[in-house]
Amino acid sequence: MKIAVCIKRVPDTEVRFAIGTDRKSIDPTGLKFDLSDFDGYAIEVALRLKEQQGGGEVVALSLGPDGTQEILRKALSMGIDRAVHLQADAIPFDALSIARALVPELEGQGFELILFGRNATDTGNACVGPMTAELLGMPCVTAVSHLELSEARGIAQRELEGVTETVSFPLPAVLTIDEGIARPRLPSLKGIMAAKKKPIDVRPAQLGEIRLSVQTLELPPERAGGRIVGEGPEAVPELVRLLRDEAKVL
Amino acid sequence: MAFSGVDFYQLDTLLSEEERAVRDTVRAWVDDQLMPLIADCYIEGRFPKELIPGLAELGVLGANLPEEYGCAGLNNVAYGLIMQELERGDSGIRSFASVQGALVMYPIHAFGSDQQKTHWLPRLAAGKEIGCFGLTEPDYGSNPGGMITTAKETRDGWALNGTKMWITNGSQASVAVIWAKTGALDDVSSIRGFIVPTSSKGYSAKDQKGKLSLRASDTSEIHLDNVQLPRDALLPKSGGIKSPLSCLTQARYGIAWGAIGAAMACYEEAVGYAKTRVMFAKPIGATQIQQVRLAEMLTEITKAQCLTLQLGRLKDAKTMTPQQVSLAKRNNVTIACDIAREARRLLGANGILVEYHSMRHLANLESVYTYEGTHDMHSLILGEEITGLSAY
Amino acid sequence: MASTFAFAEARGGALRKVAFEAVSTARRAADASGGGEAHALLLGPPGISTLAEQLGRYGADRVSVVEHPALEHYSPEVFAATAAAQLRAGNYRAGFFSASAQGRDLAPRAAAALGVGLAADIIAFELDEPALIARHPAYIGKAIASLRLEGSPALVSLRPGALAAAEAPRAARVEHAPPALDPAAARVVVTKVVARGAAKLDLGEAPVIVSGGRGLKGAEHFRLVEELAAAFGNAAVGATRAVTDDGWRPATDQIGQTGRLVSPQLYVAVGISGAIQHLAGMRTAKVIVAINKDRDAPIMKLADYAIVGDLFEIVPRLTEAVKQARAEG
Repeated sequence: MKIAVCIKRVPDTEVRFAIGTDRKSIDPTGLKFDLSDFDGYAIEVALRLKEQQGGGEVVALSLGPDGTQEILRKALSMGIDRAVHLQADAIPFDALSIARALVPELEGQGFELILFGRNATDTGNACVGPMTAELLGMPCVTAVSHLELSEARGIAQRELEGVTETVSFPLPAVLTIDEGIARPRLPSLKGIMAAKKKPIDVRPAQLGEIRLSVQTLELPPERAGGRIVGEGPEAVPELVRLLRDEAKVL
Repeated sequence: MAFSGVDFYQLDTLLSEEERAVRDTVRAWVDDQLMPLIADCYIEGRFPKELIPGLAELGVLGANLPEEYGCAGLNNVAYGLIMQELERGDSGIRSFASVQGALVMYPIHAFGSDQQKTHWLPRLAAGKEIGCFGLTEPDYGSNPGGMITTAKETRDGWALNGTKMWITNGSQASVAVIWAKTGALDDVSSIRGFIVPTSSKGYSAKDQKGKLSLRASDTSEIHLDNVQLPRDALLPKSGGIKSPLSCLTQARYGIAWGAIGAAMACYEEAVGYAKTRVMFAKPIGATQIQQVRLAEMLTEITKAQCLTLQLGRLKDAKTMTPQQVSLAKRNNVTIACDIAREARRLLGANGILVEYHSMRHLANLESVYTYEGTHDMHSLILGEEITGLSAY
Repeated sequence: MASTFAFAEARGGALRKVAFEAVSTARRAADASGGGEAHALLLGPPGISTLAEQLGRYGADRVSVVEHPALEHYSPEVFAATAAAQLRAGNYRAGFFSASAQGRDLAPRAAAALGVGLAADIIAFELDEPALIARHPAYIGKAIASLRLEGSPALVSLRPGALAAAEAPRAARVEHAPPALDPAAARVVVTKVVARGAAKLDLGEAPVIVSGGRGLKGAEHFRLVEELAAAFGNAAVGATRAVTDDGWRPATDQIGQTGRLVSPQLYVAVGISGAIQHLAGMRTAKVIVAINKDRDAPIMKLADYAIVGDLFEIVPRLTEAVKQARAEG
């Protein structure tokens, strides 16, 4: 089985987060980058399918600046067979332009599954996967939390608001993978050494027209939070009064 | 929150991509696998042996030995970073990996026959066999050459007699590398290494009870009561006290890195606490006394990082001397002890709880200060290096 | 003057709250442009057209109803093709979807099919011709991006709860239309939809969410959270990642960066310290209440109203007080 996994390099904003001087991007000072969380699950799903089937090829693709190769190398060290780096100065916010750049890399390559993470942790758009599927004319299931494949079909489950949806689809297909489906493995030390010898093809990304762009980036408005109503159960009547009369939510 | 390390001087830029990748993968492993367990293990006084398969699968055991024996074939900087990350979790788990890699796999690789290497190394790398290292004796710690454990040649092989003390992994090991004199007790050159399956008749190990340090580590006393070994139990290329001491240089190299890990853990905990703990209506981090504490910690960590990274580069260039390792071990463990103690104090009363890590590290580091050459012995080794005169 | 489009999401024979939010938003956008029409699209099994009148109440001038026996459940391909066809035919300035689970699946496909841009998961927007400017929480809620979306129709998916539905009643014209893709030709088929937990309000729908964290000390104490939620009458129960990781609550209850992103009118955090990843999922709530023993916990800084103290004493008292306040009307 031939599987593609499309992954994204995102800044790790857990430790450090500041808006850049251009007011439209984040301050790169001291910033570390990593694979977007959900993409790790997508890689794990691909690797497990390959292991279950005892063969095949898993290819990782990523679009972005030079540093993108580090996350591709990480994917290779987890066990991905080869990687494609679509070079771009920056990753556009416009998901459709990214999907358009991915299409020629995915079309006619014989991929039976094309996997994405459910969403990237930086933009949080959750769009590139289903858009790519639509452009490729392929069936697509998003936010897959459970997956079973038989001959030429798959059964996926999606955990939606309050319900679990079971979806049947034919292969080849595009899936976006939710977390929790299969804990991503850590790259082993041998895997890290082996990844040095695996190929990364580098090509310029053919980004389409950009219609969606970031105009400004700002910190969320400071909440006037931190109001301590009181201590202990004695404060409850005052809290209820405020919820009713001031906040008007009761 | 995940551990993010300390890198004030951008030393990351001096690491290769795979060195960083190795560090990050072990760091993540420690966060995922060790941190949730360590407090309970420490209180229960138990080594988390359920983690051994995971450690082996990751490739941590003997990671700087060649791939042909099932090892990862990493350079020594990457190996050092592994030790750093493991000890960021707990000195006990780093001790386990040090013993398996530097004190069991290393001597088999350095002094063993081809057959011994191909038999033992892949099994040890895979964690299928657990090793321990028997050198120290009840009355011979800093002076291992004085050992009184003997190996007498028999018709079929060897007979070992003696007692070994402070043996990490002693009770859980399936195989021990035991050092014994094959000649007269005053003949240091007759010291040889032996591979001893712990299932051998006459071999026994008992846990050292009552430890207040390294509680998540298995420490034992080993008795060898006329243990009969085949001829090929001998490590053929071992000879003299130099052989076990060279193993200790390997392990000590890892300790120099490990101590930085423990220090970083304590520093990070102290910084987090100082920024969030409010006393007298402001975070304690806004007080001068805590800022001085934190500045000292960061300074010492940064100095230790610089010297240890260079030590690693020297080791990879094969020009590292044992005295350079002594300096690093001596310095790094001392500063780690100091940082752990200051962090614990900064944490106030909370600092005595196992939920926080600094006091556990502090207690552990007292052992690390003492083992693999005490702090004082390394002072004397450096003194001898400086003056050319031995004071011990 | 421009017309707008809204996708009206239904499930199990009823419109979802997000349908009214989308229609209401389309209404406002049309009015703001100088008074165009707001059109809604509703797909479902035969009989679904009876819901169209409700969409009129929220400002739909026209409701296109696509009824088909095979549309009992969501059909990604049929829905996307039909939404795209309607958008193409209508010469709309903007099209609004919900960023619900279904909307997150549907809107990007419709955008790709049309070849237009999509501003996803939006909490506010305005038309600033020739562009649509939309506000989108990025970097797990640590920043708000103002996005500039060019071209028509500008597609937008709305974070559930972020833009409230408001009534703007009118008698909507109901027009029946066939699906743009024969459901028999759909490759992806939803074969089963199973509700988790009986008749509970979903986190994305509930105006009030009561969430519990590690401070509850054990799964059995979630009873306190459930009772408080029941007292509100319109509340759902959420949890932190620590709690779902420990198996005290199902993973689907998790609110946070890796769980559900919610914007209720009222969020009550019980025994939750406020790890950054949790705050990312609920910081857009209109009003936040925190009950925590630690005055310095991050949640206390975020909360509009906080009580410091033992939750085991405070929560039962609050439950009683809420019941009483509601009884008094």
